[in-house]
Amino acid sequence: MQTAPQLTLLFVVLSNFAVLGTTRLSTCIRAVAVQGFLLGILPLLLASHLSLHVIFLSVGTVTVKAVVLPWFLMWAIREAAVRREVEPFIGFISSLLLGAVALGLAFAIAARLPLPREQQELLVPVSLTTVMIGLLVLTTRRKALTQVVGYLMLENGIYLFGLTQAESVPFLLEVGVLLDVFVGVFIMGIVVFHINREFDSLDSARLTELQD
Amino acid sequence: MRLIAICVLPLIAAAVSFALQATRSAPIRIAVLVGVAAAHLVLVVTLWIAPPAPTLSGWLAADPLGLLVLTLTSTLFLVTALYTVGYLRRERPRGGRMFVGGLLAFLGAASVVSLAHHLAMLWVGIEATTLALAPLVFHRHDRRSLEAVWKYLVLSSVGIALALLGIFFLATAQAGVPGRPLVIGDLVTQAGALHPAWLRASFLFLLVGFGTKMGLAPMHTWKPDTYGEAPSLVGGLMAGALTSCAFLGLARITQVAMAANLGAFIQPVLLGFGLLSLTVAAAFIIGQSDVKRLLAYSSVEHMGLLVLGLGLGGIGTYGTVLHVVNNGLAKGWLFLVVGNVVLATGSSAAAANRGVVRTLPVSGALLVLGLFAVTGSPPFGLFLSEFTILRAAIGGGHPWIAAAVLLLLAIIFVGMAALILEIALGEPDPTAVPVRESRWLTLGPIVLAILVLMLGVYIPLPVQDILERAAVALGGMAP
Repeated sequence: MQTAPQLTLLFVVLSNFAVLGTTRLSTCIRAVAVQGFLLGILPLLLASHLSLHVIFLSVGTVTVKAVVLPWFLMWAIREAAVRREVEPFIGFISSLLLGAVALGLAFAIAARLPLPREQQELLVPVSLTTVMIGLLVLTTRRKALTQVVGYLMLENGIYLFGLTQAESVPFLLEVGVLLDVFVGVFIMGIVVFHINREFDSLDSARLTELQD
Repeated sequence: MRLIAICVLPLIAAAVSFALQATRSAPIRIAVLVGVAAAHLVLVVTLWIAPPAPTLSGWLAADPLGLLVLTLTSTLFLVTALYTVGYLRRERPRGGRMFVGGLLAFLGAASVVSLAHHLAMLWVGIEATTLALAPLVFHRHDRRSLEAVWKYLVLSSVGIALALLGIFFLATAQAGVPGRPLVIGDLVTQAGALHPAWLRASFLFLLVGFGTKMGLAPMHTWKPDTYGEAPSLVGGLMAGALTSCAFLGLARITQVAMAANLGAFIQPVLLGFGLLSLTVAAAFIIGQSDVKRLLAYSSVEHMGLLVLGLGLGGIGTYGTVLHVVNNGLAKGWLFLVVGNVVLATGSSAAAANRGVVRTLPVSGALLVLGLFAVTGSPPFGLFLSEFTILRAAIGGGHPWIAAAVLLLLAIIFVGMAALILEIALGEPDPTAVPVRESRWLTLGPIVLAILVLMLGVYIPLPVQDILERAAVALGGMAP
């Protein structure tokens, strides 16, 4: 059973690069939905025995990260009629390269920070990669919606790390991450909706009236 | 029981306020706001008289550090609630129930942060304070406030997410160590057994995460925009109470790191962030033309001083703890006074507000006094705390840091004085007439000014005792 979690984590990394390499917002959202689904099945694959807690966590994660939030973002791009990311601050090829650098860096850091218990050893580097690529998307893309996708990836990375602690600190994952993703994106979504009405576009780079 | 009541009472009141529909229930909402604020402060005062036992298996407790922040928040909130009575008579923000409900939810969340001894609970509280105040920043529903709330939400959310990762790192550092997971008391007593590499990583992430919420440079960029666009009373709560709550988060991990003998690792990092924040604040205060943005950079300066004192250690830690209280009260004072100025003209730009001493005599006088208080002039409390931090720098063998801080404080004083004196004493618009100032709007700043003045001259014994114990908990000492 060791290969199933490894394969899942590999697909998580691939979904990160899918977001980095595409201009279509709908593809970004699909990639992050797939990532959410993979994150949802991971607790099942990693658990030594199936408890009610694990099943609850898994179902909850899939519902929020793979269904509700992507659906909400899809609704937002239809409402706002935005399809493509335009001229990111860092080009697509360069950001793919930066993503590869992040991957290497994550493995280097993870090698220096040993997990205290015998655990799926890929969790930490994949988690750090997802956090870094999420931050990259958040900071280098112009469209408010792509930034929300980046934020979701950042949260997904943190969730992956939380999986290493799921058994020693119960409910940290559930209460923290799900609530945060849900409320955070919900509020951001409302704001995104307003940005659209006020500015006729979801280009957060045009939010530049307040400056010194 | 009291601890739970302090957290839950404002949240119930917030729900009631949301539930009260229609404009005619506005007076009831205001009554709920002021009543709950007063009841909250009474409950907090009872914590000083009869210290409570920890509840919820040690997740909620009132230690000196938390009690200080809680009392500061509660005092500031009651003053702000009274101010809100006058404010809502003059201005009708869209969605009045959102406004009052958001304020009350903030009080509940800030109480959770102050009393939480479980780091995940503290994190949830800090997250909740962010969300509770977001609708209040956006109250005008125009382009500028939208831009402000977008920056505020994105940067705060990223900061809070990194803090969560830091908490997971801390849980990893604690794996295999006896004690309840993530409970401060157990982390401190077992600090020596924590995994040092994970603890260091955890400290850095929590510093960046909570530092973003505090507004330390270079993560401060949301601050001037948010404070500039939010109503002044919300700005006062943010600069006075919200930043103190975020600082408490940073103080908690500092407590653990100091107990684990990581002082040599964390103190240079804290000093670096402190000096950078002071420098950035000085650079942007010079030539600033908007008084609310000026106060935002002043807040960056004071956050810098807080981590600087923590980084110096020894009596510097005592200076920091005292400065949390002084800065919180002084920021509330200035933001409320500036709120009066903005209510009179509808703008916070200096050009629109010259000659406030003549048009608004009480607020004008409080504004000039506030300038001296917030820049750390004697006899106000901030002088005492800043002087303690400087003494720690000189006594701890860092004369260059002391010199740099003095220089930056002097630059900040000149920059702030230029703008505030222009507003207070400049030539007013000839058509402007003196306005009769509402007592509701001047009472709050006067109370806060008296408190800041008192802390500069005389610190009551129980407060002194709590301050000293808080400094010791953070690895410092009393002067």
